Amino acid sequence: MIGQLTKIERQVALIILAVLAVVGLAMAAAGQGDPFGAQGAIVLLAALAGLFAVISGLFEPEPEQDRLNRYYDDPSKIGILLAMGWAVFGLFVGDWVAWLLVNPNLTFDAGWSSFGRIRPVHTTGVIFGFGGNALIATSFYVMQRTSRARLPDQLSPLFVLFGYNLFCLLAVSGYMMGITQSKEYAEPEWYADLWLVIVWVTYFIVYLRTLARRKEPHIYVANWYYMAFILVVAMLHIVNNLAVPVSLGGAKSYSLFAGVQDAMTEWWYGHNAVAFFLTAGFLGMMYYYLPKRAGRPIFSYRTSIISFWGITFMYMWAGSHHLHYTALPQWVQTLGMTFSIMLLVPSWASAGNALLTLNGAWHKVRDDATLRFMMVAAVFYGLSTFEGSFMAIRAVNSLSHYTDWTVGHVHAGALGWVAMITFGSIYASVPWLWKREAMYSARLVEVHFWLALAGTVIYVFAMWNSGIIQGLMWRTYNENGTLAYSFVDSLVAMHPYYIARAIGGLLFLIGAVVGCYNIWMTIRIAPQEREPAIDQPAPAPARAAVLQPGE
Amino acid sequence: MFGLHYRLERKAIGLTLAIVGVAAIGGIVEIAPLFTIHQTVEDAPDMRVYTPLELAGRNIYIREGCYACHSQMIRTLRDEVERYGHYSLAVESKYDHPMLWGSKRTGPDLARIGGKYSDEWQVAHLDNPRDVVPESIMPAYGWLLRTTLRTSDLGANLQAMRAVGVPYTDEMITNATADADGQAAPDTPAAAGVAARYGAATTIRAFDGNPRELTEMDALVAYLQILGQLTDAAQKPVASIGE
Repeated sequence: MIGQLTKIERQVALIILAVLAVVGLAMAAAGQGDPFGAQGAIVLLAALAGLFAVISGLFEPEPEQDRLNRYYDDPSKIGILLAMGWAVFGLFVGDWVAWLLVNPNLTFDAGWSSFGRIRPVHTTGVIFGFGGNALIATSFYVMQRTSRARLPDQLSPLFVLFGYNLFCLLAVSGYMMGITQSKEYAEPEWYADLWLVIVWVTYFIVYLRTLARRKEPHIYVANWYYMAFILVVAMLHIVNNLAVPVSLGGAKSYSLFAGVQDAMTEWWYGHNAVAFFLTAGFLGMMYYYLPKRAGRPIFSYRTSIISFWGITFMYMWAGSHHLHYTALPQWVQTLGMTFSIMLLVPSWASAGNALLTLNGAWHKVRDDATLRFMMVAAVFYGLSTFEGSFMAIRAVNSLSHYTDWTVGHVHAGALGWVAMITFGSIYASVPWLWKREAMYSARLVEVHFWLALAGTVIYVFAMWNSGIIQGLMWRTYNENGTLAYSFVDSLVAMHPYYIARAIGGLLFLIGAVVGCYNIWMTIRIAPQEREPAIDQPAPAPARAAVLQPGE
Repeated sequence: MFGLHYRLERKAIGLTLAIVGVAAIGGIVEIAPLFTIHQTVEDAPDMRVYTPLELAGRNIYIREGCYACHSQMIRTLRDEVERYGHYSLAVESKYDHPMLWGSKRTGPDLARIGGKYSDEWQVAHLDNPRDVVPESIMPAYGWLLRTTLRTSDLGANLQAMRAVGVPYTDEMITNATADADGQAAPDTPAAAGVAARYGAATTIRAFDGNPRELTEMDALVAYLQILGQLTDAAQKPVASIGE
């Protein structure tokens, strides 16, 4: 990895890591007696590990000039491995918290392992750890191929990747120490948020610099989605995390907004984290890997334009459907509901576009579990966007809100759509990246597919049942006109569904472990095939040729 | 239209600006007016700020992720009002930085839990919920009773809250640490200071049953007991709200 960096880049890496080490040391010193100090120690250790890696490779020979004729895939390879690591970790914690709802004693008598602290470890681990790494890894891969240009340099993509993982590490370790802003899906505190801004701006600069070098006049659809993902997530992240820290030597901060304004900002963020992190980014993935794997062009270019701008415009209005019947003014609730329903059009346009692309390749879907992962992902995308629009209707929301139905809906999207398209894309990329003919075992991909599908279906059905039962029990009246059930009655009724949910989650986790083994074995076995000649950036045009005399 | 797009998708900066512009509209239309339209948050002259002890308890509530299973937002639905009390008003969370409305009820809503149960019940329930509610699946928070509350930085916490707009006075900030001790130690001079600064109606009790030591349990129970009690706005006739 370090061998791919030029001498200058190695020196710049040393400077960045040294600065990071100093910051970590300062945090550790300033935060003595506070979890903030431990967070500083993590930054320091991460920087020292980086320094060690760079120094041990410092005197390796410089990369050859002809590297510029090949794509730079180290960040994509490392990103995929990190994504799979986070997947297993995040799914394991998720299943643990699922079992805690079956039996609350399955934990330790200590703060770090209590439900309220490890539940965000699960959400951050899977959304940002697994999903984020997969997005970064595939975006670098896709951007280079669709632009026919190499990444602009070797260092900045690695900075983005490792910097992002440091953010994830600070986040999950912080929750276990009790550091959280309590804003759902934006729990990390101010210092981690600032660090993410630096990483994210670098990410977008890498994107723009690569696009500036592209040999294709048009920017491919997948890149529109990746760009929307990077840009809008930056916008959401900055506005929602505006806060005043208690001191520069402590983790605690108070958010700038309060009450109803804070609630609206949080769900503007929260719903669009779904839209631009969990939808736009993964649609970018789908628009590249699905047609590529199926060997078919995208069904309709015009549909992709309509759905892209529809999603970019309308999703940003939909957040207030999380606040129906609350103290949020009704006009905002109504706007949110209206746009949520209209969103069905661009969402189904994307899902339909994906499925129609498979016309003429359905025999491949039958035989190839990798492509089937992507097909099922498109189906779940269509189903969960329909369900989402439905649940945003005020009357439906009065039943579904606050219940497990919401949890089921989220997991239909997260397991069925996000994780499935990611596994499909990873199974497609790994042989391409490591120059192998195919995955180590097509059978194990098949096993993973069925475990993932079974796990998702069991999970979602369990939560539909429990959510609707819960919602109905809370609003049931007896013939005397009083509430028929106490809250505890509804809790007891959930028990069998919580067991089913935890089993569904376990199947999904086992599938991910099988996937890790398969990827590991694919990398370990010796390469069988030479690099395909076409998988290269377009050669830079000779300068002299541009200035022909007489032109 | 598609011809226009055909040209737009050849320009990275143009595409960037278009995405940012198109995506910004929804938030601007929905969020900005919430700060300017006066009726968004009702007037409640009797609304008081959290005492330092309650604020410390609120921070423990946040730290332990209680909001993941308990909402603090009673919706305007008949069954919710009958189960939990008057629907929540915007003004009731106007000093909540951040708000804790929540999105999931694995446990019941807590917006009006204050005063519903005794301190003893709350302490026993937090120590081990299954001692008082056998069917409960809530985690046990035994270590709260064993952990001394950190009060040295409460002044700085109040200062930060003031920076984001909560009307804490200089006197409140200076006396924050003493007030935290005083609120859990009735019949002491420090307790009198709490009543003077935060109002005579402020609950001053040894919340965890032990007035000699200030634990995290004291803070969390003090917070739970004030939920829904910061203002009487919800108890007044609707017509007077917002006038």
